[in-house]
Amino acid sequence: MVPHLGSRLGVWAVLGAVHTCLASVAWAATNGSPDIPSIFSPASTPADSVYHLSLFVLEVCFVIFVVVFSLLVYAVIKFRQRPGDDGHEPAQIYGSNQVELAWTVIPILIVVVLFLATARVIHAVEDYRFPPNTTEVTAVGHQFWWEFQYPQYGFITANELHVPVSDAGQPVPTHLTLLSADTDHSFWVPMMAGKTDLIPNRTNSMWIDPHKTGVYVGQCAQYCGTQHAKMLLRVVVQSREDFDRWVGEQQRPASNDDSVSRGRHVFETTACVNCHTVAGTNAHGKFGPDLTHLMTRETIAAGAALNNRENLRQWVRDPEVFKPGSLMPAMQLDEQDLNALTDYLTSLR
Amino acid sequence: MAATTIALPPVEMPLLHEYRGRVGMLCLILAESAIFSIFVVAYLYYAGKSLSGPTPAEVLDRPYLISACLIFSSFTIFMAERAIARGKIRLFGIWWLLTIVLGAIFLVGTAHEWYGLIYKDGLTISSSLFGTTFYSLVGLHASHVIIGLTGLTITMILTAMGYVKQEHAPRIEVFGMYWHFVDAVWIVVFTVVYVIAR
Amino acid sequence: MADAESVLGPIAVAPAREAAKPLFDRVHEWIVTVDHKRLGLMYFGYGIVFLVIGGVEAIIMRVQLAVPHNKFVSPETFNRMFTMHGTTMIFLAAMPIVFGFANYLVPIMVGARDMAFPRLNAWSFWMSAMGGVILYFSFLGGSGLYGAGNAPDVGWFAYAPLTSQAFSVGNSTDYWIIGLLVAGFGSIGTALNIVTTILCMRCPGMKLGRMPLLPWMMLVMAGLVLVALSPLTAAQLMLLVDRYLGGHFFDTQAGGSAVVWMHFFWIFGHPEVYILILPAFAIISEVVPVFSRKPIFGYSIMVAATVTIGFISLGVWAHHMFTIGMTSYANAFFVASTMAIAVPTGIKIFNWLGTMWGGKIRFQVPMLFCIAFLGQFLIAGLTGIMLGAAPFDWQLGNSYFVVAHFHYVILGGIVFAVFAGSYYWFPKVTGRMLNETLGKWHFWLFLIGFHLTFDFMHVPGLLGMPRRIYTYEADRGWAIWNLIVSIGVIFQVLGILIWVVNVAQSYFKGKIAGNDPWDAWTLEWSTTSPPPEYNFTTIPVVRSRRPLWDLKHPEDPDWKYE
Repeated sequence: MVPHLGSRLGVWAVLGAVHTCLASVAWAATNGSPDIPSIFSPASTPADSVYHLSLFVLEVCFVIFVVVFSLLVYAVIKFRQRPGDDGHEPAQIYGSNQVELAWTVIPILIVVVLFLATARVIHAVEDYRFPPNTTEVTAVGHQFWWEFQYPQYGFITANELHVPVSDAGQPVPTHLTLLSADTDHSFWVPMMAGKTDLIPNRTNSMWIDPHKTGVYVGQCAQYCGTQHAKMLLRVVVQSREDFDRWVGEQQRPASNDDSVSRGRHVFETTACVNCHTVAGTNAHGKFGPDLTHLMTRETIAAGAALNNRENLRQWVRDPEVFKPGSLMPAMQLDEQDLNALTDYLTSLR
Repeated sequence: MAATTIALPPVEMPLLHEYRGRVGMLCLILAESAIFSIFVVAYLYYAGKSLSGPTPAEVLDRPYLISACLIFSSFTIFMAERAIARGKIRLFGIWWLLTIVLGAIFLVGTAHEWYGLIYKDGLTISSSLFGTTFYSLVGLHASHVIIGLTGLTITMILTAMGYVKQEHAPRIEVFGMYWHFVDAVWIVVFTVVYVIAR
Repeated sequence: MADAESVLGPIAVAPAREAAKPLFDRVHEWIVTVDHKRLGLMYFGYGIVFLVIGGVEAIIMRVQLAVPHNKFVSPETFNRMFTMHGTTMIFLAAMPIVFGFANYLVPIMVGARDMAFPRLNAWSFWMSAMGGVILYFSFLGGSGLYGAGNAPDVGWFAYAPLTSQAFSVGNSTDYWIIGLLVAGFGSIGTALNIVTTILCMRCPGMKLGRMPLLPWMMLVMAGLVLVALSPLTAAQLMLLVDRYLGGHFFDTQAGGSAVVWMHFFWIFGHPEVYILILPAFAIISEVVPVFSRKPIFGYSIMVAATVTIGFISLGVWAHHMFTIGMTSYANAFFVASTMAIAVPTGIKIFNWLGTMWGGKIRFQVPMLFCIAFLGQFLIAGLTGIMLGAAPFDWQLGNSYFVVAHFHYVILGGIVFAVFAGSYYWFPKVTGRMLNETLGKWHFWLFLIGFHLTFDFMHVPGLLGMPRRIYTYEADRGWAIWNLIVSIGVIFQVLGILIWVVNVAQSYFKGKIAGNDPWDAWTLEWSTTSPPPEYNFTTIPVVRSRRPLWDLKHPEDPDWKYE
């Protein structure tokens, strides 16, 4: 056993070094591309605050790890049984009051510091005071899609959250009121903020103030049923002008093109109207997403597929292809009705 | 091996085996207290939050009589424990029977109260939050009374058949602990349901 | 060793194998046994079987997640897999294994002949076993075995209102409730037995301050079971009332609260993980001193830290609920209590280090697992502190970072300690040693597999990957990490297979162990290997924490220094 010890210790040392390298690699891999929703790429103040706290906590923990792990490695090497050992037992030490006091007091101090740093960030994020020009959005979680209501502007949309960009000088945060229509969900877009749950019969609150325009991805982070995995989120951060233009588009009633009247007829006479709303028509269903401006969204089925004609057609024909277990039934339409309906849906800009 | 030359220190005797029954019953009481605490917390949390249905103040009358019976049964079971510890089996039997009667009165009274609540006031376990939490908490307690009564009755039958002797006094004492616990829980339930949250 | 014999009974040599009895009789003996050693072994065996089954469920998940948009299993099946994997591992694998160690070792280590209530012990085991059977019965029926039948799919913490009749149609959730209710009664029975045995059945001279650390930690663990398992029982009864009697405890449409379920569940759920880790601490506390050739450093502080951990663990539960929108004050409180519990836990790590310090460390297989435990538990504790900082948890709660953290604790901590304990006590239980070479293969393969899987699992969490998803988008940078995680599983499986082969082979052909192969100091090593049914010929009398040290070193006994 002992002659192999060198190789054994070598393996331990290599393990430790590899561990450190991996950590660095992981670190490097997490920064950069906005498509990768890393918590280390904050783009909004709550995510920023968490990021800085995380770095502090990580550093403290890393130091503790290095110190204690080094002691462990040292002990394993220094106090191993040597070859030719005389068989006598080593000094039987039962304890040491000073040492034990030291390694009780020091951790207590570390814990107090960590707690204070943490409490500060909790307060800053949770007890934030909203300025008067805050954008208000009510997010309602459904199985398995997101409803976004804009009470200030009087319209409802789904799955893709548009917000105005906010700059540090004149913050324009967006306040999200979180509700749920069925089970628990959780709104998590890592580059914007930490997650907050949507719980039925409870009103929760969170806020974001994105610093840069762009599209930030996330998804539901509380298991909510079969298609929890495909309840994706897109936060589209726009300049003030673009956002206001988007609001204007959303406020208009649904487009009413005669060329798709057959499709609209199919829509209005099939069960579609039981679940979906198209503003300005007799479709007032609340169970499924509002379709008034369906084509202004980049994805359908809460991110399960890109929003194009082919996918839309496939989705209506059989949702199970994209999202097995989704609560939208297959509509059993014949080919002609399906084509006409798809024409109608693609006209909803 | 060399003989020891150091005088061995004296040996302390730890807690005796005969405490096993009592320690075991205390453990059970601890676990049961935790279950009851959760139901009490749920009751208090949901107090006043029902969306519909009769309120506690409207339908609950404080059950003074049956509560007194149950509390008094703690005294009677204590007297029974004393009797059997002294070997007085007949006296033990009398106090034991009295305990059963008092416990049965409690159960009958509870059933009567529930009958009224269900058929006259329309309060059921599904009618409102108050109904759910009320029947669950009081029902959980009543189920423990039933278990106690079952044990009491079996012991009564064994006593009548002559199998119970003075040497069984420690076991009777352990059973008594369970019954006292059931009473103590009732005091808490009474206070929470019929006094605080009414 | 005349003194030893007169005090501790005859020291036999070879394990006594019974003359061939008919198979039926031998099986019947095991079924009706009330002997704590046999019940302990049955608990352990039962736990290992479910560890393997839970492992298969994990393998299925890892195959599905190895690449994005995989179609290995349907979402319904995957959801049943993660629910059953978590439920199985916690309730049917870890708890029975832990109870197995407690059952076998606690009476012997305190110098008793059996548990305080042997028949209750047997009842408790069979109730636990029955609970597992009920839960697994759910795989039959429903969509068939390939579709994971009717197994529950609500996650191991079964959040309301997903578990209501409205969202969980059919009986799958009921299997979860009833299986665990039944198993829970068994756990409470065993805990009651452990507490009573330790308090009332210690041998003469064994004051509480002279009890080895294993019974101490089992005592605190059992106390936690009594207090913390009951809230789960209560919540499950409430859920049954909701599902079958029309109750509204968690019915959000009628004013009920989903958050109340969370509170009740986690009031159980957090102490539960301490229930699982304390026995691991117990094993480490027994093995490390023997293989460092020194007594445990700071026995009194270790006891105090253990009791402190027990108490504080009852007050940290809402750190599982940082994201549900509690007030900043509530969040801050739970940050404080969570960080506070790190202090006694850290103290224990330092004390184990202090035990090794200045010793003469022997690197036999039990010690290898202990050393790995120390490094890994350190990391697990540190990621726990990170998650305890609530804002950090706002980002990483319910993500793969948390999954990595708790697997680090459970696998890197508990399972490694269980392996250490298995190599350490196998000789006592069977009279034969496990093979060292196979043991080392097991150790290194499992170590590599564990680290491949669970080190890298932290990364997808940091990159935004939530848990409990059956597939993921290819463009989020998660794919490569998931692949590495899945590959690590192969090494872990190999390691465990080697262990199983080792156990099977060594039972028949292992080196004869004798009473005390490790030159250890606690009472179980004073009796034969395996111990007779009555444990000791005469009840031992002890004067210190290490009675065998006193016998082996009469010129320098421990009681002079304690």
